[in-house]
Amino acid sequence: MRWALPTLPALSLTQRLAVFFTLVASAVVLGLGLLFVVAADRHFLDLDRQALEDKQGLIEAIVHGANASEDIRWRLSEALGHHHGLHAVVTGDQGGTLYASTPFTPPPDSALRPVDFGDGKRLWAWSQGDVDFLALRFQTQPRTTPPQGPLRVLLALDTQHHRHFLQGLQRSVALYAVVAMLVSGLLGWLAAHQGMKPLRTMKARAAAVTAHRLEARMPVEAVPAEMADLARELNGMLARLQGDFQRLSEFSSDLAHELRTPISNLLTQTQVTLSHKRSPDDYRHALASNSEELQRLARTVSDMLLLAKTEHGLALPNLDTMDLADEADALLAFYEALAADRQLSLHRQGQGRIRGDRLMVRRALSNLLSNAIRHAPAGSQVVVHVSEHSAGTEVAVDNAGPPIAPEVLPRLFDRFYRADPARAHPGTDGAGLGLAITRATVLAHGGSVGATSAQGRNRFWLRFPAP
Amino acid sequence: MHTRHPNSLPMKILIIEDEPKTGAYLRQGLTEAGFVTDLAQTGTDGLHLALQGEHDLVVLDVMLPGLNGWQVLQALRGQGLHMPVLFLTARDEVQDRVKGLELGADDYLVKPFSFAELLARVRTLLRRGRGAGSASADTPTLRVADLELDLLRRRVSRAGKRIDLTAKEFGLLELLMRRHGEVLPRTLIASQVWDMNFDSDTNVIDVAVRRLRAKVDEGFEPRLIQTVRGMGYVLEAPEAGC
Repeated sequence: MRWALPTLPALSLTQRLAVFFTLVASAVVLGLGLLFVVAADRHFLDLDRQALEDKQGLIEAIVHGANASEDIRWRLSEALGHHHGLHAVVTGDQGGTLYASTPFTPPPDSALRPVDFGDGKRLWAWSQGDVDFLALRFQTQPRTTPPQGPLRVLLALDTQHHRHFLQGLQRSVALYAVVAMLVSGLLGWLAAHQGMKPLRTMKARAAAVTAHRLEARMPVEAVPAEMADLARELNGMLARLQGDFQRLSEFSSDLAHELRTPISNLLTQTQVTLSHKRSPDDYRHALASNSEELQRLARTVSDMLLLAKTEHGLALPNLDTMDLADEADALLAFYEALAADRQLSLHRQGQGRIRGDRLMVRRALSNLLSNAIRHAPAGSQVVVHVSEHSAGTEVAVDNAGPPIAPEVLPRLFDRFYRADPARAHPGTDGAGLGLAITRATVLAHGGSVGATSAQGRNRFWLRFPAP
Repeated sequence: MHTRHPNSLPMKILIIEDEPKTGAYLRQGLTEAGFVTDLAQTGTDGLHLALQGEHDLVVLDVMLPGLNGWQVLQALRGQGLHMPVLFLTARDEVQDRVKGLELGADDYLVKPFSFAELLARVRTLLRRGRGAGSASADTPTLRVADLELDLLRRRVSRAGKRIDLTAKEFGLLELLMRRHGEVLPRTLIASQVWDMNFDSDTNVIDVAVRRLRAKVDEGFEPRLIQTVRGMGYVLEAPEAGC
């Protein structure tokens, strides 16, 4: 499988976690800082408004309490002159300036920016050079004699010290964010590194696994829950590998062992024959015997190959639906002569369909029959039962025979297993691979095999999944 | 009989096999079986010889230096040569088999095979090539010495005496008689008579032949069904043999 993923820089898990940790921590710190700055800004604005509204009240009281313009001017300068940073310009309805703080230049209207509050109140802001102002504009009606129109008042507050404070605050927050980022990055890396410790343990264990040391296992109890599953799966994989590997080496040694005897026979016989001059008949005899031995050898080799391929699920080429009864009948016809020779009668009962490879299924069943015919006492019956169940189709070969010990039953399908080692004579049938091939074949079809021994009858069954 | 060549010219077989021992023994065996043989040790030489079109059959190893067996086969068929080809392979892989048959091979044998098996397959292919598969139509009765097998009435008699056979025994005898004089390996018998196309119990064949022999040969002279040790069985009248 080839995946065309864009190649990200291959960061280690620790690095990734540290980076994520840093990003999250920075986002939190920056967010908090921003909130703080905005809240402070708002707070100062409220304070300024409060101050301006206080002074508005004062100015209105002065304007209302005075009875001459001169009086108003005097009292305003008296009240406002000492307020540092507070400026006022009071203009009469004729356009003349009644009062103006000094030094203060009222801004042109175009420079004013409105600052609205939620309650409909509006202030005005502007900047002159590097000085910021916030102003309140209102009108007030004097009760002077002679009467005059309303006075327009611009009351301005120098907010520069607030801005300085805010700027300082922003700098502090930014600095703190940078420091927090660095520190959290470092802490994140440390935490991730520490958190990854079980992984490193697993890595060390995995590195120790070789073909010869498959017994190493992951420390399931020592790792956190999330990794325990992974460790368990890895352990399962190791166990399967170990099993397969063991079987493979057993297979090789079995094979070598099984081939050794016939090869040794061949060698001995050939060399003994060659060691003296003999009659043509003797040579013919030796060659014929060699030929028989070699055919057995060839058969063992092809059986081993077939078994290996079937066990690895490589050989299920032609699936078709077939009736096991037909296959059983064909095999009974094949074994007819052999059975008659041993005074056995062969029968088949029932029927059932399966989906499978005809040749392989026939071969699997033939091994059971051959086995049954070999072990059934003369004069008895060998019966093939075919039956269909909801779970699948079963074919069983049932013959009279000596009881088989329960502990032996499951081993009958093992490769090269011979119940009686003394009977390990290769003349009978192949090399003891028949039942192993049968089992591998049925397993490759998704079925199961088994054997039972009771009341003087032995029964070998194959179960196939329903077609 | 149809097992003899229709005219006196022997059949010509080309063996393309790079393994020197195998090639030499195949050649010797086939020559002694009455064929004229040529042996080529590379695919290129083999193809060159085969393209002369003189051979009735090609025995072709798949693993060859130069051109491999598949390529030789393809070139042969590409040139319009349709003599039967029997290919030999050391790998019993389904894909190999399918590939060979798809490319136009007629039969295959997996190494290690027995020579008796090869010889029987070669003869089958040659007979098929001559269109003599329908022997039952032109010869309803098979005869070897005083043994008669009537294909239509499915009856067997020897020296005029009726012999009762089971259906499979009849099939076995028919095979042996159709191919009398040929040594038939047990695997071929199992395949042809019982349709058992795998290495089955060979002693089943031994028992079946023994039982047939008891009916056909016991009490008669000469004995027709003979065992060739290490090879198989042959049905032949002794004076007609060799």
